[in-house]
Amino acid sequence: MQKVLTGNEAAAWGAMCAQAQVISAYPITPQTTIIEELANLVANGMLDARFIKVESEHSAMAGCIGAQAAGARTFTATSSQGLALMHELLHWAALGRLPVVMADVNRAMAPGWSIWTDQNDSLAQRDTGWLHYYCESNQEVLDTVIQSYKVAETVDLPVMLVLDAFFLSHTYEAVHIPSQDETAKYLPPYKPSIYLDVKDPHAFGGIVQQDVYMEFRYKMQVAMNEALEVAEKADDDFREMFGRGYGLIEPYRLDDADYVLVTSGTVASTARVTVDDLREKGHSVGMLKIRMLRPFPFEKVRQILSGRKRVAVLDRNICVGMGGIFTQEIRNAMYHIPEDKRPSIYGYIVGLGGRDVSPEVIASIAEDVQKRAVADGEQVWIGLKE
Amino acid sequence: MHASYTKYLRMNRIPHMWCPGCGIGIIVKAMIRAFEAVDWSSDDLSLISGIGCTSRAPGYLDMHTLHTTHGRALSFATGVKFARPDKHVVVISGDGDATAIGGNHLIHACRRNIDITLIIVNNYIYGMTGGQYSPTTPVGAKAATTPWGNVDIPFNVTELAKGAGATYVARGHIASGVQLERLIRGGLNHNGFAVIEVLSNCHTQFGRRNRLADPIDLIDSISKSTVNIRQAAKMNKEELDGKNVVGLLHRDEDRMEYCEAYEQIIERAQNAQKNRGRR
Ligand SMILES: Cc1ncc(C[n+]2csc(CCOP(=O)(O)OP(=O)(O)O)c2C)c(N)n1
Ligand code: SF4
Repeated sequence: MQKVLTGNEAAAWGAMCAQAQVISAYPITPQTTIIEELANLVANGMLDARFIKVESEHSAMAGCIGAQAAGARTFTATSSQGLALMHELLHWAALGRLPVVMADVNRAMAPGWSIWTDQNDSLAQRDTGWLHYYCESNQEVLDTVIQSYKVAETVDLPVMLVLDAFFLSHTYEAVHIPSQDETAKYLPPYKPSIYLDVKDPHAFGGIVQQDVYMEFRYKMQVAMNEALEVAEKADDDFREMFGRGYGLIEPYRLDDADYVLVTSGTVASTARVTVDDLREKGHSVGMLKIRMLRPFPFEKVRQILSGRKRVAVLDRNICVGMGGIFTQEIRNAMYHIPEDKRPSIYGYIVGLGGRDVSPEVIASIAEDVQKRAVADGEQVWIGLKE
Repeated sequence: MHASYTKYLRMNRIPHMWCPGCGIGIIVKAMIRAFEAVDWSSDDLSLISGIGCTSRAPGYLDMHTLHTTHGRALSFATGVKFARPDKHVVVISGDGDATAIGGNHLIHACRRNIDITLIIVNNYIYGMTGGQYSPTTPVGAKAATTPWGNVDIPFNVTELAKGAGATYVARGHIASGVQLERLIRGGLNHNGFAVIEVLSNCHTQFGRRNRLADPIDLIDSISKSTVNIRQAAKMNKEELDGKNVVGLLHRDEDRMEYCEAYEQIIERAQNAQKNRGRR
């Protein structure tokens, strides 16, 4: 079936295809239409699930954790302040090794109350042990929800998929929707390895001492490492079955490019157009889209960026006191390659609080990175007002 | 516009963002009249809110304002009051803000009896986020997240406040601005935690889904649901069924206010210290 859906509706329909069994969510702009659509899908019988209407995001994630521990496939969605409020339980879900899947609609953090997009909300949760996908289109949102379950349930870690406020969440696109049966061939019903089963009792969340805590963490790290391969395979299998795949990172016109723009989310779409334009004008510029941020696809990023002249990383976020977060990730990945192959990394802060990242903005970055001889480690803030 | 309103408003922030016909404006006006009646200057007043349509109010009022996070206004307000017990602290909150995400803070503020006046604008729904059900949505009512009607039993906000220990509890409604002003004034004058629930209309989100899209119809239906506390005293249980009793519902002047109790503890501890030194 093909339908015209917003990014938010696509997220909801993704959970429908995957046959999430328990949904526990609290409304926040711009996520609201995800849970409203799910409430409708549940109410009209298209999705056989229980919908828990909770009193805060903290309870929303607690509800998912409880339901997942009881052996159900769960889904939730939130944004910004709501995600921040969940923080304690994000750790819980990950350390409890519960494969909850959640959509986060990227929205700037307050105060300076803003409902517009930037990545600081999701990136502030980078270290909680969740897998992170950044999506570029509504189709990718729907497909990533389905893939997320596949990966999460294989490695027993939760997954957060991220979509930009309004640019995706409220923008319509034609989206292919597989049926629940088709999806089930790709994603079999959830079979938890351990759950609250009266016939085979287990306990979650016990007290541990210094002798074992570190091993818990180590096992998570091992699972995260595995997740890279699992996610890659999940994407390949998905492509085989449905004809669509995205990779964990996606190079665009990079074959012979000396200069690379690194992007994520909807900025990647704008960058594609800009790259086409720059290519026509003879610039040796390409684009690398980062779809998966955790686990970080080190090897792939290294391979692709190795030997380039310069790399410009566009960060719609700011780690105040350090710089753009994607820039740090890329620099970190590129440190261990031979010096003669190592490109200079230029960091750019763009589009905070939803400020438009237009083709002109991206072209100005491409121009700067080609012109400026030294990446001095400082972030360049684009379009800043006096 | 009457001069007293402009005295308390940030006129450069007007026009406001509320829907035409929204009850919040009436409530803000009653609140301003109450400020004037008790003769509180803007300089001595802190108005604090969480998030929601209601919680936008402090943006329009020319005083010390904090527009905080969803549900937590009372915690911020407790901090302000503790830092400056000499100042007046007022919180304005929606039903979702105060009783859903902020429900925990509400009961604990009631329990402590701290000298803060809380105005809860109960429009039965989450207005700002587009009409999802709240803990005060009536059973059977439709909301964006209850397309076939709500099954959860709503809170009785005033009973909740009373039960948790608030020492001034009142309920007013938007069709009676004069009474509302009086109830708010009583709360401001009260030395302790005062809760004034105000039944209000969100025709845009609640009314539209429940055959009351016209603000006048919705205000009318709210007004008809109310009965004054004096009248209510003469009515039996069946007659009161489904009615909202309005007026001053509970007042306890005997319990000590929290900041004062805290001061006393400090004094006791310091005296004990001094006596020990003397010994
Ligand atoms: C932590 C968090 N979760 C969710 C939201 C989204 N949100 C903003 S206002 C609101 C509810 C508003 O309803 P209510 O408190 O009843 O006030 P009203 O808008 O009706 O005046 C919600 C859920 C938020 N801002 N922060
Ligand atoms: S949405 Fe409802 S509460 Fe918000 S301003 Fe409009 S009428 Fe008032």
